[in-house]
Amino acid sequence: MIVEIGHFALALALGVAVVQALVPLWGVARHDRALASVGTAAAITCFLLVALSFAALVASYVRSDFSVENVASNSHSAQPLIYKLTSAWGNHEGSMLLWVLILTLFGALVALSRHSLPARLRAGTLAAQGTITVAFLAFTLLTSNPFRRLDPAPGEGQDLNPILQDLGLAIHPPLLYVGYVGFSITYAFAVAALIDGRIDAVWARAVRPWTLLAWVFLTLGIAMGSYWAYYELGWGGWWFWDPVENASLMPWLAGTALIHSTVVMEKRDALKVWTILLAILTFSLSLLGTFIVRSGVLTSVHSFASDPARGLFILAILIFFVGGSLALFAWRAPLLRQGGLFAPVSREGALVVNNVFIATSCATVFIGTLYPLVLEMLTGDKISVGPPFFNATFVPLLVPLLLILPLGQSLAWKRGNLLGAAQRSAAAFGLGILVAVGVLAYMRGGPVLAPLGIGLGVFLVTGAIFDLGERIVARASGLRAVLSRAKGLPRSAWGTAFAHAGVGLSVIGVAAAAWSTEAIGILKPGESLTSGRYTVVLESITPRPGPNFREDVVRFRILSGERPLKPVEAMKRVYTARAMPTSEAGIRTDGLSQAYVNVGEMEGNGGIAVRLYDKPLILLIWIGALVMAFGGALSLTDRRFRLAAPQRAKAARAKPVPAAPQPAE
Amino acid sequence: MTAAEPLPPIAAKRRWTRKQRRLALIAAAGFVLCLAAGLVLVAMRDTIVFFYGPTEIVEKGLAPGTRMRLGGLVETGSVVRGPGQRVVFAITDSKTTLNVTYQGLLPDLFREGQGVVTEGVFEGAGRFRADSVLAKHDETYMPREVADTLKKQGHWQPGATSPNPSPVTPSPVTK
Repeated sequence: MIVEIGHFALALALGVAVVQALVPLWGVARHDRALASVGTAAAITCFLLVALSFAALVASYVRSDFSVENVASNSHSAQPLIYKLTSAWGNHEGSMLLWVLILTLFGALVALSRHSLPARLRAGTLAAQGTITVAFLAFTLLTSNPFRRLDPAPGEGQDLNPILQDLGLAIHPPLLYVGYVGFSITYAFAVAALIDGRIDAVWARAVRPWTLLAWVFLTLGIAMGSYWAYYELGWGGWWFWDPVENASLMPWLAGTALIHSTVVMEKRDALKVWTILLAILTFSLSLLGTFIVRSGVLTSVHSFASDPARGLFILAILIFFVGGSLALFAWRAPLLRQGGLFAPVSREGALVVNNVFIATSCATVFIGTLYPLVLEMLTGDKISVGPPFFNATFVPLLVPLLLILPLGQSLAWKRGNLLGAAQRSAAAFGLGILVAVGVLAYMRGGPVLAPLGIGLGVFLVTGAIFDLGERIVARASGLRAVLSRAKGLPRSAWGTAFAHAGVGLSVIGVAAAAWSTEAIGILKPGESLTSGRYTVVLESITPRPGPNFREDVVRFRILSGERPLKPVEAMKRVYTARAMPTSEAGIRTDGLSQAYVNVGEMEGNGGIAVRLYDKPLILLIWIGALVMAFGGALSLTDRRFRLAAPQRAKAARAKPVPAAPQPAE
Repeated sequence: MTAAEPLPPIAAKRRWTRKQRRLALIAAAGFVLCLAAGLVLVAMRDTIVFFYGPTEIVEKGLAPGTRMRLGGLVETGSVVRGPGQRVVFAITDSKTTLNVTYQGLLPDLFREGQGVVTEGVFEGAGRFRADSVLAKHDETYMPREVADTLKKQGHWQPGATSPNPSPVTPSPVTK
């Protein structure tokens, strides 16, 4: 019964989404207020129905209702409750339902937001969001129905893929999807603005919080996915330039560019057409990602369903939304009033440089990801484009961007003083160089680029701190004045500083990976293996039963130099339902570094293959991402997003932003 | 761009005309795009690895020393583990078989009779030295290239190894 209710609610949601897609636009065309506001109710109803449907699916997982095909093939009665819950989206059908749930959630949030949007913009946005919802609800219902019944029902389920039986599955997909799908709102805003033919600072101010929200979640989602891959897969790597990873990186890059271009639009009423295009492209890349992940056209080392019918359906959705919005853009964009131009040496000029570099690096990732597909279609040759390609294209484009980041950050709006900005960043730059030289001297040889990378990271972090300090301390005297200035500084300025410092921390973590070491050996109890600063001593190998697996627990004593750390356990598991082996790495955190130990096959003579890594400063990679996301969240709480926008925007336009290095953004 | 653009000597005295500013913007964007295009072209030439099945390698008469990905089935009974994690096994598409040597830990899902993709160097005379072995996340999953390779040799039985749908997983397994 619950299952049928869920199925019915999903079908009903499709009907409501059709109303949401059509009626508001009709209302706007006929200047009928009542009709135009139907979108609000429809968006909320649609969300409630999809939420009901999702709850029904989760309920059948919790109750292990194996008469539902989806549950039978992805769950097992012996699974711990948390994995029963997460199994609901640990498969294609369920994760599509989660996708739609988040899509409608964003629709409902826009409908409920007290942000005083112009009525026409709100109606258009909800209609565009409704159209996306229609497409994905139809996709879910027609090709990926999670509520299909099995008759007769099997007595036991086939268990969830063991790799996914991890807390990572509870956190990573929902975060990632909120990010991915969140960009649908900026897309909807862009389409609405194009239909309306009007775009101004009010639009930018309305779009910016949504962009930030999606970006924060996407940042967290990608970081979480990377950490999960790192500890679960047992190879010690955290980014593989795999198509599925690139699929999430591309919208992130485009979204990062979008965050920066909306600032320019909001403050200076410029870059309008570009911002609209970027908003469309960001969500298009999200859709492309969904296509890559769900269709299986690209050989990813992830295993996903490759069902041609599904792939074709998503391709049709992709073509409709990307092609449709770009056609609309080509038709309507010339009608938009051109924004003002500005001096190349200014904050906005620097943000344009940021956009050029990010967009270009995003394009190289795009080419590297899709080239194998195109080549295979044209010539039949199968190729793989791996890390070497991206290291040779993406990294050289990113480095100059990061090098000028602190400079741009300290330029003033409208008319900046390059010399002044250079002087302000000189201290941070000097510190970066000093650290790079220091590291190079301390390590005596070794990789040369890595110390420079560390220096770059230090430059970014200290640049962000100094810039903040400059704004707070510069013209204030006495502690009280400093405090009041710190308090008066807009949250978005704090957010910028945190986000940029986060980038620096991640850069340090990535650069330090050059010093990671690896050792492999066959160990019997009592024997030891050393890699870098760490030594493990195998203590014991003991079998242990788990809820739905058997495992051999390998216990290690671990030493950092002479200093003992807490012992660590690595596991070799066999999941009984699928007879599938997995290994669980043992990880000991030591400051910001980690010792990472993984076990392989048992050898005939009682030894076991052990792989030990020394991963210096590796935690900084993810800490940096967390700090970035924190910065984004801080910006999100900025005062100006909470106040009634139109009036303020008018006031801001009447009174131009002062040119002095004010605490702006 | 900020660094590359010529600065007006005294900012207040010389204003950029609209046209100049637009040109500067286009020039900067064009410069970065050209840079990216150059990087991509160079990288395309040097870093790309082709995928072949065993028969293709023999038929195309590839030169020894070529770096590539090789995929197929791990021949049943061919896996020999030597000292120090040295593994020798055979990859076959049931028409041609290549002997593969690999040094290191094998992924959990490496098994005889199942699909595998390896990356390494073709050494000629039916020998291949792998430096990474990639395994998929699902025990029933067949790498698409391997499936295509087997189809080409006419040994594909649909259903024997059906791709099993499985979801949002983290990242891949490479060495």
